[in-house]
Amino acid sequence: MSNVPAELKYSKNHEWVRVEDDGSLTVGITDHAQAALGDLVYVEAPEVGESYGAGDACAVVESVKAASDVYSPVAGEVIESHESLADEPEHVNEDPYGEGWIFRLRPDKPEDVDALLDVDGYQKMLEEEDV
Amino acid sequence: MGNRTPLYDQHVALGARMVDFGGWDMPVNYGSQIEEHHKVRQEAGVFDVSHMTVVDVEGSGARDFLRYLLANDVAKLKGPGRAIYGCMLDEQGGIIDDLITYWREEGRYRLVVNAATREKDLNWIMRHAERFDGVTVIEQADTALLAIQGPAARERAAALLPGEHREAAMALKPFGCGDFGDVFVARTGYTGEDGFEIVIPAEQAQRWWQGLMEAGVVPVGLGARDTLRLEAGLNLYGSDMDESVTPLESGLAWTVAWEPAERDFIGRQALEKRRAEGASEKFVGLILEGRGVLRAGQTIVCGAGEGVTTSGSYSPTLERSIGLARLPGDCGETVEVEIRKRRVPARVVKPPFVRQGEIKVAL
Repeated sequence: MSNVPAELKYSKNHEWVRVEDDGSLTVGITDHAQAALGDLVYVEAPEVGESYGAGDACAVVESVKAASDVYSPVAGEVIESHESLADEPEHVNEDPYGEGWIFRLRPDKPEDVDALLDVDGYQKMLEEEDV
Repeated sequence: MGNRTPLYDQHVALGARMVDFGGWDMPVNYGSQIEEHHKVRQEAGVFDVSHMTVVDVEGSGARDFLRYLLANDVAKLKGPGRAIYGCMLDEQGGIIDDLITYWREEGRYRLVVNAATREKDLNWIMRHAERFDGVTVIEQADTALLAIQGPAARERAAALLPGEHREAAMALKPFGCGDFGDVFVARTGYTGEDGFEIVIPAEQAQRWWQGLMEAGVVPVGLGARDTLRLEAGLNLYGSDMDESVTPLESGLAWTVAWEPAERDFIGRQALEKRRAEGASEKFVGLILEGRGVLRAGQTIVCGAGEGVTTSGSYSPTLERSIGLARLPGDCGETVEVEIRKRRVPARVVKPPFVRQGEIKVAL
């Protein structure tokens, strides 16, 4: 069973989002997503200063098997990028909600976060996918 | 639901991630694919490759038929108990499949062909066999195939054979094979390591699997099988080659037996024409120098024109991204690969990248 922390928000594309005290959003991929991808060997984090719309591809995670896009969960500007993941992509496998964070975003509209899934919604989605 | 091998339940019980592979539900990995890869390079792993197709070609006309069917020449085999790798071509020289032919005894040959090409291969073989006398083509469906690979693989696998067969199995030379009771053993593989590939009756599959697990042979999925074969510089059918190319553009010219000149084989005329024209395309290995991961289908830019990667992945042994590629001509020592609109430099090398646990290219 994959780990789904209760305090986070989730996108349908298997990103997790943590709302920080300053209103910025930290984004990574979920435990379920990293397990499905398998051993990651490369992460291309987005560039600081870039702006993305909700659902725009902004980063790439590559496993031994394949490359997968990571999507911006809401519209906003990248304010920090976890570039060292390019050399240490295994953090995403080992600690997806901690050291495996991929980027931080300043949302255009803070209330957009409310439209994301909560823990129950994401877990329900995983169960339905499993069928 | 896809086809299942006799070991399907074992894979699921081990927590394997199952994927569809040519119509079969197969394990892609049981945990970390990279760890499975290293285990084969350093010790021993077992792959369930029962999805592959075993075709026995038998009878007094079998030898002549295979000499016509295949671009490599079974007459090169010095005697029974030997195997040869090569391609089955169409009249245009396009590759229908690549396969190993095992000579078991006089008038008895065994072919192991790819799962994804099973029906096409069987139809092709049957169609051409009709024109030969004394040839029987039999698909062995009720069998399991295991590839036990790695420096410790042969010893651990041979220990599971009945006592009277162990020594003989261990004495097999590379590309040697033999029948030991109802177990067919060949010293072949698809990893660049030493090891055995065995064909056993389906009802023995679980006992063998269990015995290998107890002997410390780890289960390895098709994911690691792909990175191992890529490091070993071994082509994957459907990715590095198919009907649109000949062995001459696929790094497989060495598998075409031109001599004796009077031997007629399917595709010979087309291949000879191509050889006379001087095929300019080069099939090479690549090591990515910049950031990213090589994948099949990426465009390559070099002085001679544009090429394409036919395979690419991350090499756990080299800790770099590597690939195989078809180049338009001589591109020199470095090329550029287009990865998501960026151009990333890659170095051209001659495969294999790794053999018998040793790195064979300069890093």
